[in-house]
Parts: sequence; C-alpha cells; structure tokens
Amino acid sequence: MEQKSRTHTAVRPNVVVVTEAVRASSDAAATTQAEIGAEIAAIAATRTGEETQPRLDYAPYRSSILRHPTKSPYQADPEAVELFAPVFGPQDVDPLEADLTIQHLGEPIGERIVVTGRVTDGDGKPVANQLVEIWQANSAGRYLHQRDQHPAPLDPNFTGVGRCLTGPDGTYRFTTIKPGPYPWRNHVNAWRPAHIHFSLFGSEFTQRMVTQMYFPGDPLFGLDPIYQSIVDPAARDRLVATYDHDVTLPEVATGYRWDIVLTGGHRTWSESA
Amino acid sequence: MIGASGTNHPVSRPTPGQTIGPFYGYALPYEGGPDLVPKGHPDAIRLHGVVLDGAGAPVPDALLEIWQADRTGDVPRKAGSLHRDGHTFTGWGRASTNNVGEYSFTTVMPGAPFIAMTVFARGLMNRLFTRVYLPGAADPFLLSLPPDRRETLVAEKDAGGLRFDVTLQGDRETVFITYPGHS
Ligand SMILES: [Fe+2]
Repeated sequence: MEQKSRTHTAVRPNVVVVTEAVRASSDAAATTQAEIGAEIAAIAATRTGEETQPRLDYAPYRSSILRHPTKSPYQADPEAVELFAPVFGPQDVDPLEADLTIQHLGEPIGERIVVTGRVTDGDGKPVANQLVEIWQANSAGRYLHQRDQHPAPLDPNFTGVGRCLTGPDGTYRFTTIKPGPYPWRNHVNAWRPAHIHFSLFGSEFTQRMVTQMYFPGDPLFGLDPIYQSIVDPAARDRLVATYDHDVTLPEVATGYRWDIVLTGGHRTWSESA
Repeated sequence: MIGASGTNHPVSRPTPGQTIGPFYGYALPYEGGPDLVPKGHPDAIRLHGVVLDGAGAPVPDALLEIWQADRTGDVPRKAGSLHRDGHTFTGWGRASTNNVGEYSFTTVMPGAPFIAMTVFARGLMNRLFTRVYLPGAADPFLLSLPPDRRETLVAEKDAGGLRFDVTLQGDRETVFITYPGHS
C-alpha cells in the first residue's frame, strides 16, 4: 500500500506485476489528491484547541486505518524502569557515524548540509549523552531499502543512516545530504515532503519518540497526510528546521537548526507540580 | 492533558512524534538488538509473540523495544546495548517483526512485575507504550483495569519463556498507556 509509485516503469521487466498490484490495491490507488485534501480539511475543522501530537486515527494516511487503537489509553504513573532510560555510551556509537557523507569511498551527490540542535525535556533541561538515530532518502528521493522501488537512482556513496550521542548540553550534530521528496502509494500522485527521520531517547522511558524533521517552505506540506496528521499548525511547525547561516560552513555545507523538546520528565514533574 | 490545565505547563511544548514509516528497516534494527542476553545464557528466556492489526492480520513492519529490570529487580544503568559484549546486561532491546508479524527477544525474567514496551509501526502515527506483566503479577495499575482488558497486558508462560501478543485495534486490543503530561 505504501510502496512507492512507479510511474516511469515502462522499460522495466516487472512492469506488468507492478501495474496489476496497483489495480488490485484498494481505493487508495484511485483516490485523488483533491479527495485526500478534502479529508485533511474536514479533520482540521474538528480541532477545538491545542494539540501537541498527531491524531492516531487519521484516515487520510490509509495505512493507519487498521493500525490505530480505537479504545482510550489508560494513564499510568510511571514506575521503576519507566522513570529511567536505557544508557548508551562511546562503546555503542563511533563519532564518525554522525557524518553521513564519509561512509563510502567517494562523495555522495547532492547538497551537503549540517543539521544540528539541542534535545531538551519539557522543563528545558538538556538530555545529555543520549542516542540520536537518523535515516533518510538520498538527494534523488531514494532509500537504500529493498522495499523502496521508486525509480530514482541509488547513490553508491550514500547509505542515509547516522547516529550520535548528545553532548553535555543536549546538542546533536549531523553532516549529511539534503534528501529529495519522494512518491508513495497512499493516493494518486502522492509525494512526501523532504524529511529526515529521527529516533530519540530522553532521560526517562516515557520520553521515547520517533519523528520526522522537515525543511522550511516545502511546497508539499499542505498535501501530505503524514505531516497534516498533526492537525494543530503550531505543533506541526515544530517539525520544520530553520535555515541558520551561523551553522553554515563556508564552502562546505549549508546549515539547519532544529531543536527537539521531549515530553516533561516525571521525576521533575512531581517536584514542580 | 495536564499541559492544558494551566498549572503544570511545561516550559516548552513537546515536538510531535510521527510514524516510523516503511523504511526504518535498514536503519534501526541491528545484529544482537533482540538479545539482551546471549541465547545460551543459563537464565535466558524468550519473550515472543505476534503484532496484529484491526483485521487480525499480522503486522510485518512493526518495531518493538523493551526496557526492563534485571533478575534482582534493579534498573540497569550500564551502556552497551548496540554493541553487545556478551556479558553486560543493559536491560534494553529492539526487535522487528518478521514477514508474519512475529517478534522474539532473548532476555531474563525481571525481578519486577512488568517489562516496559514501546511499539512502532508503519501506519501508526505515533509510538505506543504498554507493559508486559509477568504471569501472576499484580499491581494497582493492572488491578485498576477492567478484567477483560487486563488480560491483554499479562504474558502467558510457555515452554521457552513468555508469550505476549500486541493487538493494535479491535476487541482484543492491547491496553496502551499514557503518562501524566502526555496528550
Ligand atoms: Fe521517509
């Protein structure tokens, strides 16, 4: 369902299989961008106040229909292990893993960028020494993943996976290539805005999160059901990095800043309550 | 929704989560991720099960993480989960489901009532938290749940250890957990 579309497959040997797969797949393949847009707008109109997270029940992203819980979650006071987070250290992550442009013999194609920012909790405390993992498409919008069949070129010099540990003030920093937008099969002519996937740990288990960072001014924002699943515009804006000329390195890379705020810690939560 | 009540506002609003998407498979899983202890460890047990969607179909593109106390009930504070050294128990593991929705961890029985679990999947807009309670365990949270929902959080003992299925939606839907301050 969410395999990427391949509209330029005429010369490929498996084109027949792909075409039948598209035909056989549900309404998703026949739904237009305008129809998805109308669904997005209808859901946005149901918002009555601040929301800080995506809706789990968000049908414009078709794969969510059978995968969202329909019963209310139960609130638990975090206990024991939930008040701590797993520990990662220098034995887990090599500092070189933060540079995605040096993982192969040659240099990857594309716009070299630095992405940096701070990871803090909701009280503004830095999350120090914690693991940050990223993965992304290459500059042509192609992932090095066997399920990604978008007919854009792979880059033999780019894998698109990086890791680092945050510094004492919560700072993370990656050097990479600006990813391209890519098509997928949620509906006809569906395209994801360019993004980098981020996986984050806090100082408590309860702060674990995975998200996506976007680039400023992407023309696909309004069309993308994954970005729009965060129906509060103020909240989804927080996923967009800022161009920062102070991060830009002369003659090397342009710079983006993106700060990440995790949910509040509960050990401090009870102190401040 | 404590954040909306006015008195307990965090200083900053949290960054929203997003789906893990379809392509994490070459980035997040790693050799040894599901093995908190080596398979031949004398105290090793298997924690395994299947992840199901609302139609009862297996979810082949889910990622589960567990975080747990050691056998004595202490919370591990040691690094080394990504490059397992074969003897340090760090308490944390990560496993993908296979093409029929099954996952499997090798770990030890914690000296605590439950193992904390995080669930990610393509099509799941944000992570879900849950608890894997040991058979016979009881605590105030578990006892506060209606009996028919309670059993979705209790692992079943089997020959190799523990069996725990995750059902994302429907009659047998797993109880998912939020914590104060989450919305
Ligand atoms: Fe992606």
